[in-house]
Amino acid sequence: MQRNQTNQSVIRIEGLNKTYEPDFEALRKINLTIRRGEIFALLGPNGAGKTTLISIICGITSPTSGRVLINGKNIVRDYRATRSVVGLVPQELTTDAFETVWHTVSFTRGLFGKKPNPRHIEKILRQLTLWAKKDERIMNLSGGMKRRVLIAKALSHEPDILFLDEPTAGVDVELRKDMWDLVRGLQKNGVTIILTTHYIEEAEEMADRIGIINRGELILVEDKKTLMRKLGTKRLYLELQQPLEKIPARLKPYDLKLANDGNCIVYTYDTRAKKTGITALLQDLSESKIKFRDLNTSKSSLEDIFVDLLKENT
Amino acid sequence: MNTEAVKSIYIFEMNRARRTIFQSIISPVISTALYFIVFGSAIGSRITQVDGVSYGSFIVPGLIMLSVLTQSIANASFGIYFPKFTGTIYEILSAPVSSFEIVLGYVGAAATKSLILGLVILATAYLFVPLQIAHPLWMISFLVLTCITFSLFGFIIGVWADGFEKLQIIPLLVITPLVFLGGTFYSISMLPPLWQSISMFNPVVYLVSGFRWSFFEMADVNVGLSLFMIALFLTTCLVIIWRIFKTGYKIKD
Repeated sequence: MQRNQTNQSVIRIEGLNKTYEPDFEALRKINLTIRRGEIFALLGPNGAGKTTLISIICGITSPTSGRVLINGKNIVRDYRATRSVVGLVPQELTTDAFETVWHTVSFTRGLFGKKPNPRHIEKILRQLTLWAKKDERIMNLSGGMKRRVLIAKALSHEPDILFLDEPTAGVDVELRKDMWDLVRGLQKNGVTIILTTHYIEEAEEMADRIGIINRGELILVEDKKTLMRKLGTKRLYLELQQPLEKIPARLKPYDLKLANDGNCIVYTYDTRAKKTGITALLQDLSESKIKFRDLNTSKSSLEDIFVDLLKENT
Repeated sequence: MNTEAVKSIYIFEMNRARRTIFQSIISPVISTALYFIVFGSAIGSRITQVDGVSYGSFIVPGLIMLSVLTQSIANASFGIYFPKFTGTIYEILSAPVSSFEIVLGYVGAAATKSLILGLVILATAYLFVPLQIAHPLWMISFLVLTCITFSLFGFIIGVWADGFEKLQIIPLLVITPLVFLGGTFYSISMLPPLWQSISMFNPVVYLVSGFRWSFFEMADVNVGLSLFMIALFLTTCLVIIWRIFKTGYKIKD
């Protein structure tokens, strides 16, 4: 995958707070820098503050305090310059039901101050396989197609920064894969992408960096690979020749788990530790006369990391 | 200035009117034609003249105002309420457009639609009654000012409303009675003195009176006062809209 990202910041969020009346703190002291050309995935459970954060950056919601800079410009003072480079695909399927695909996409382009460019609109609609539906009213489209229309609208004014708020929520596998390809293509062309998602696999597949937000607080921002290396654990699966009813007392220190009706022992170890304990475990197994016929290892997924982090912060 | 955005909103709204041409133009024209038949022909035959003008002709400016006022409010309020209702308002709020440009797009389109409607009704009136316009430029000026002012008022209602019921309440319970009691079908001078005084608190009286003057050079109140009252209402609406965008009232969280 080609990466055009630099360390140059494209969005800088400083001390951002959002409190809804009477005292619900949707965002608390958010500090975050988004690098030019990267794909940044913002993960968090429902109500964590992902959409509020995006809404503030895009100008839909006003912050209670703090500031956001896009290309070094304040989003409130220099709203024309900052908003014109941002595209947003909202979470909800909010569309003008009675409009045609072509009109609604062209409308958005105009709204962002760009002169009509039928060629560009055609290119986007073809990319999103919407060309055949260009004269169709949006109300007649399927949910997946409506989602594509929202993406087409967000791309209509050729933005440098694209926000995708749960872009693949409720879409089928095929469309999800199409969107991933599209996002990668956009990144190749230098577009910075910030996506929020519930699908950990999406972040794992797409993102360069990951931010985890919970209860309005950004609890972690890390390079995806570093995150997985730092927080990742590995599991060793030992397939036994004879099933076990319980783990022998001698093996208690290894905190082993039995799986597959006692036919498999699972050992979880820290890849960062100086000693993983594998050698000692295998020796103790041998001394305990426990024989195995196969073994394999697996890395913990981003989902495991995410769940663990949320547990820690609850 | 983001002229492309203003143009986009304006064209978008005008396209909506084209889609709903029956509701926007044909329906009000049919209603007005019915008023001509009922008030002009049936009742008007018993009221021969008002201040030297045949009753059928006398009611024309009032009828135009009736439609223009209600349609200005309906067009502008629906124009801004609908994106709020469907959620597409996010686009407007996240676009590089100023509040002035948003108002210009929505109110400009609503006022244009009302102006077209007013002129269509005027043309329809020629089919029913003899009509002469003493001051055509003043007539157009009054009409344009009224279209803009009440479209601004409709925009405020559209922002304020958080349901279709609220969207209808002001036009039905406030505007329609004010128009009917504002000298649309009669001259204020025909009322008893007490009701004449009470009518002076009705802003529509000034609109109808000024507009009627541009047709027949007859007015219930001084033309200058009519213009002043329209300007006052226009300024009030502009100030309210400015406050709406400054505070984000019912638009931004």
